[in-house]
Amino acid sequence: MTGPESPDTPRAFDQGPPRAADKSPWNWLLFIPIVLPLVTVWYNADSPRLLGFPRFYWMQLAIILVGVSTTTLVYQMTKRR
Amino acid sequence: MWRDHQVEIAVFVVLFIGVSAVGFVAARWRRPDNLNHLDEWGLGGRNFGGWITWFLVGGDLYTAYTFVAVPALLFAAGAAGFFAVPYTVIIYPLVFLVLVRMWSVSHRHGFVTPADFVRARFQSPTLALLIAITGIVATMPYIALQLVGIESVLKTMGVIGSGTIARHLPIIVAFAILAAYTYSSGLRAPALIAFVKDTLIYIVILVAVFYLPYKLGGWGAIFDAADAKFDKTPALSDGILLNANNQLQYITLALGSALALFLYPHSLTGVLASKNRDVIKRNMSALPAYSLLLGLIALLGYAAIAANVTPLKNPNGTNDNNTVVPLLFDKLFPDWFAGVAYAAIGIGALVPAAIMSIAAANLFTRNVYREYLKRDATPHQEATVSKVTSLLVKVGALVFIVFVDPQFSIDLQLIGGVIILQTLPAVALGLFTRWFHRGALIGGWIAGMGLGMWMLYQIPNAATKRAHFGGSAFPLKEFGFDSTKTIYVGFVAVAVNLAVAALLTVILRAASVADGGDDTSASDYFADEGDPRVSTAGPATKPEVAPDPVT
Repeated sequence: MTGPESPDTPRAFDQGPPRAADKSPWNWLLFIPIVLPLVTVWYNADSPRLLGFPRFYWMQLAIILVGVSTTTLVYQMTKRR
Repeated sequence: MWRDHQVEIAVFVVLFIGVSAVGFVAARWRRPDNLNHLDEWGLGGRNFGGWITWFLVGGDLYTAYTFVAVPALLFAAGAAGFFAVPYTVIIYPLVFLVLVRMWSVSHRHGFVTPADFVRARFQSPTLALLIAITGIVATMPYIALQLVGIESVLKTMGVIGSGTIARHLPIIVAFAILAAYTYSSGLRAPALIAFVKDTLIYIVILVAVFYLPYKLGGWGAIFDAADAKFDKTPALSDGILLNANNQLQYITLALGSALALFLYPHSLTGVLASKNRDVIKRNMSALPAYSLLLGLIALLGYAAIAANVTPLKNPNGTNDNNTVVPLLFDKLFPDWFAGVAYAAIGIGALVPAAIMSIAAANLFTRNVYREYLKRDATPHQEATVSKVTSLLVKVGALVFIVFVDPQFSIDLQLIGGVIILQTLPAVALGLFTRWFHRGALIGGWIAGMGLGMWMLYQIPNAATKRAHFGGSAFPLKEFGFDSTKTIYVGFVAVAVNLAVAALLTVILRAASVADGGDDTSASDYFADEGDPRVSTAGPATKPEVAPDPVT
């Protein structure tokens, strides 16, 4: 649905070819930060603690950084020049 | 009792008045030739760059209520409340490619609301009306909740009187000011105020996450205190970790909420106001800074446990957990800084409330007024109708708060999340495919909405002693499964909605029932800044084409 490679339905009264499609293999990377936070078994534990934070908390906060890096990477690699 | 809080009240009032002045000045900011056009009043000229969009959308999505309610949830239930973090992580990669398509097609066709898009994509005024009504109904309690956020602060400062009107007088005043500058400045007001609001929030939270653990013996001690509290309660559903029964709820709630967020009309308002696709994509990487902030704020709920905060009572005697964060600030911060923190929450409520009322007003103007009441409305008339409607929407939200139990607006917000999700097939999937039959989308909407309402009706709430509409965690055993697990209602409802829409599409196509055409073309979804607006012929478009404010 929001998958990166969803095809466009071409329409009969198209006004010419798309100037630039959003398609790129880099988009598949976006699945990492979508799936990672949803697998609770990876982080639903107390140990090891980091700065007093149980794993459940520091790992989910760390996943935010994974999300940021991934979207930044995909944006940079698919940027129109 | 308000005499104990004089410094806090003084700081709060000064900052609040300062921000209100900014709201009025905003009308002159990036001044357009003519503010009486919906693109200007309702979308700030469709011309916001990266920084403004970051503050605007951040201030819009991470509302005051979130900052008050999420820690309240952790305070009461523990780990389950932390779903807000995975929810706000998955949202950005999830909508990374969706929002740029929405922006492009809206840029080309001059769409202001998601219902405008559906109207053109499926050539169905009925479906567009359903989407518009869903959006307005889902947004109203959300605005009311912003008031709950301000109220939690006012309550802690002791400025809430006892009678029905006296109890709400400060909020009525605050909202009257908000209504006045939204009316005159439109989307420019929240955009400009968002700078102040977010700066204040960032300062407060950075201080809080270092200063509070220092006062309370470190984060380790805070988590241990929370753990000890949850161990003592008889309930098995709480704790600083998830248990076997609420993991499925945690996952589906995070995913379902993420899918719902950008279907809310006010989220799209912020996105459509940006000037090009690049601004949106860059923001998808930069907005998670707020998620980090939210995660840290959430943990203030545990800090409140460690600091032995006792929540204030509701009029009916139950605990008002929304007061735990303000009380924590009151207890541990110096008075003047607690005042700054309260102002941050109070102002934080104004930004989303303004954007939400603008979004709801735009839906009414474009998809009810212009569609059904005045086909040939000029841009000037549209802007006027939107301005007046934004006032009415705010009065409606006030009525909610003054005359209805605040708990009820929280429940309504829960319902709002479930119903806005039902627009996913038409709005989000519609951006990628025109495969669905317009009649099937209406059928799916009815099925998803019906099932969602039934499921919510079945859920009791032990804490507030309500038999129905008590939460969004639906026990699987009600479906006949031999299980104690729970699942998020919205997730199930939208899955059924999709299944019905797909099935009906096949059936309606086989029966050769007429489907509408499509006013958009494939290249529209990639248009960028500088590309000309399309002037399509047909009943959907206004007779004169509005001047493009970008070019």
